Amino acid sequence: MKASPTTASVPVKRSMSVRAWIANYGVYVALALMVVINAIITPHFLTVANLRLQLIQTAPVLIVALGMAMVIGTKGIDLSVGSVMALSAAIMPLYIGYGTVPAILVGIAAGGLSGLMIGALVSYFGIQPIVATLAVLIGGRGLANVIGGEIKNLSDPGLAVLGSGSLLGIPYSVLSAVILVLVAAFLMRRTTFGIMVEAIGGNKKAAELAGIRIKSVLVSVYVLSGLLAACAGVLVAARSSASDPRTLGLLMELSAIAAVVIGGTSLAGGKVRILGTVGGALLMQLIVSTLVSHNIPDSVSQMVQAIVIVVAVALQVGRRKT
Amino acid sequence: MSTTSTTEAALADAGRRSRVEKLARLTQRNGALVILLCLIVVSAFAFPTFASAGNLSQIALQAAFLAPVALGLTFVIFTGGIDLSVGSVFALGGVLAAWASQYGFLAALLVPLIVCTLIGLVQGAIVAFTSIPSFIVTLAGLLFARGLLLALTEEGSETYKVPGDSAFLELSRGSFLGLGFPVWNVIVLFAIGVLVLHRTSYGSTLLAIGGQPDAARLMGLPVLRSTLIVFAVSGTMAGLAGALTASYTASGVTTLGVGLELTAIAAVVLGGTLLTGGAGTVVGSLVGVVLLQVVANLINRMGLTNSNWQAVVNGAVLLVVAVAQVLLSRVQAQERQRRRGGEADAPKPI
Repeated sequence: MKASPTTASVPVKRSMSVRAWIANYGVYVALALMVVINAIITPHFLTVANLRLQLIQTAPVLIVALGMAMVIGTKGIDLSVGSVMALSAAIMPLYIGYGTVPAILVGIAAGGLSGLMIGALVSYFGIQPIVATLAVLIGGRGLANVIGGEIKNLSDPGLAVLGSGSLLGIPYSVLSAVILVLVAAFLMRRTTFGIMVEAIGGNKKAAELAGIRIKSVLVSVYVLSGLLAACAGVLVAARSSASDPRTLGLLMELSAIAAVVIGGTSLAGGKVRILGTVGGALLMQLIVSTLVSHNIPDSVSQMVQAIVIVVAVALQVGRRKT
Repeated sequence: MSTTSTTEAALADAGRRSRVEKLARLTQRNGALVILLCLIVVSAFAFPTFASAGNLSQIALQAAFLAPVALGLTFVIFTGGIDLSVGSVFALGGVLAAWASQYGFLAALLVPLIVCTLIGLVQGAIVAFTSIPSFIVTLAGLLFARGLLLALTEEGSETYKVPGDSAFLELSRGSFLGLGFPVWNVIVLFAIGVLVLHRTSYGSTLLAIGGQPDAARLMGLPVLRSTLIVFAVSGTMAGLAGALTASYTASGVTTLGVGLELTAIAAVVLGGTLLTGGAGTVVGSLVGVVLLQVVANLINRMGLTNSNWQAVVNGAVLLVVAVAQVLLSRVQAQERQRRRGGEADAPKPI
């Protein structure tokens, strides 16, 4: 499908504009609906403690989704994010002896390295993003398991503060997510980097002819995605004061892709919507937490999530043109 | 890829291929087989017990549980799609078979096949009728099948056992002419797969869809129907492999199959099938499956008992093969361009 131009000067058919409206703003409507429904049916939903919990639980998905949005903006995909989270969390216990900050930095650097490798494979070798990131999805978690083994305890006071402390009532994890959202929004809206990312996704050939250094931009995007995934991994490990490489970040790629696509970023590339991604991540979190708070068993919850993801993505991308 | 050359030109082209180009092409198609043979010969010398009948039949048996999954996946990948749900569907098939075995042999075999085919069919329908990429549909399918499995097993706490006197156990434990039934199953399935790919119009339709979906549609090829069928068959194959595993272990283990899709994809790609679709072989996938099992066997022998090394090696193998495929394609494209004296629209690699 072609990315539909959303500039006002281009006349669009009415049916198309309704579709475009749903794609652009549907997520906010759905989010508002979920909040209203929950306020009615879920006891204690509109309490500070609950809303705080929702935000804390959204933070890792949101952080991963920011990187994913940029990658998808270049018409790529990053399936490695869940494994990268596990990898960064698995590496941290090895370096926790040097202090909290070095351990966190090493964990995040691991994500950057993985992103660098993927970026190089995609841009310099011309490997499809899905293949390169799939390989890291397989190998990354294997490596995380080899390094981390079983569940490792991460009872470090510094990490405990990061995991459950807060500043002015805002948990550190939520604060990091907000800061990263602002940085990502600035990067995409106010810098040439953002324009180059969308140009590559929109029309690679044209971007190349316009003198954009495609290879270095692509590498940067995958490095950013890896760094952000690693940040999310660090936060999750800090919150649970443990790293379990077998389950940490499992299926995160699906949640992140869903958040990005539901947020209105086209899988065809050329458009990155940061605020929409925030909405998408919050919506996914609300759906899951609604199911959990009404004692829906895990099995049903998973099936419902699968259906919701497919329906939501279908609404975004529409029917196949035949 | 260049679409301008007509069939005649392509045929004439084939006659004029340079030696380098032919070699690159040959390596791309049969690289896995060469590696497999070298690996077997080297390991036979390095590890005296490697080439023993016991060990080889062990490898064959282990490969026999993965091979059907890889076969189903191969056809999906031919069309340019991917099926990430096979691991979950495999586990679901196993649980269903173990549960249904209390109602007799036929139920134990048919229930998983029917349910898993249906799951594949629904995924195929979603891929065919919407423009959601297949990896998203099947990732959601992975989640759905796992959820269904949990719902059937009291949230994963119940492990169904196959009754000890059930004929269903024979399905994986019996043998004929010295080969176990699972191995025969693989031989028959792959023979059918080869016939379908090379001797039916359906096979060429799949490759055409993978090569140029729009062109295939314009030519009036049954794109929708073919997409439905490949995903349904992929579900059937995963369900069958799961049922065989349940028969072998005499129970429906709920935690099986996690990450199986990735091993299967690695095997298919290793066999020379392009993940972009449009080109590949059925036999190659079998070679890929056996190669991965031999590697697993060797990893054990080298004392890396941590089974997670297998995943690391699978990932690395996938990357190396992907890079090799791209480089070999480049060599071929360069040679082609050189031969044509640098014609204007020389196809770019990738």
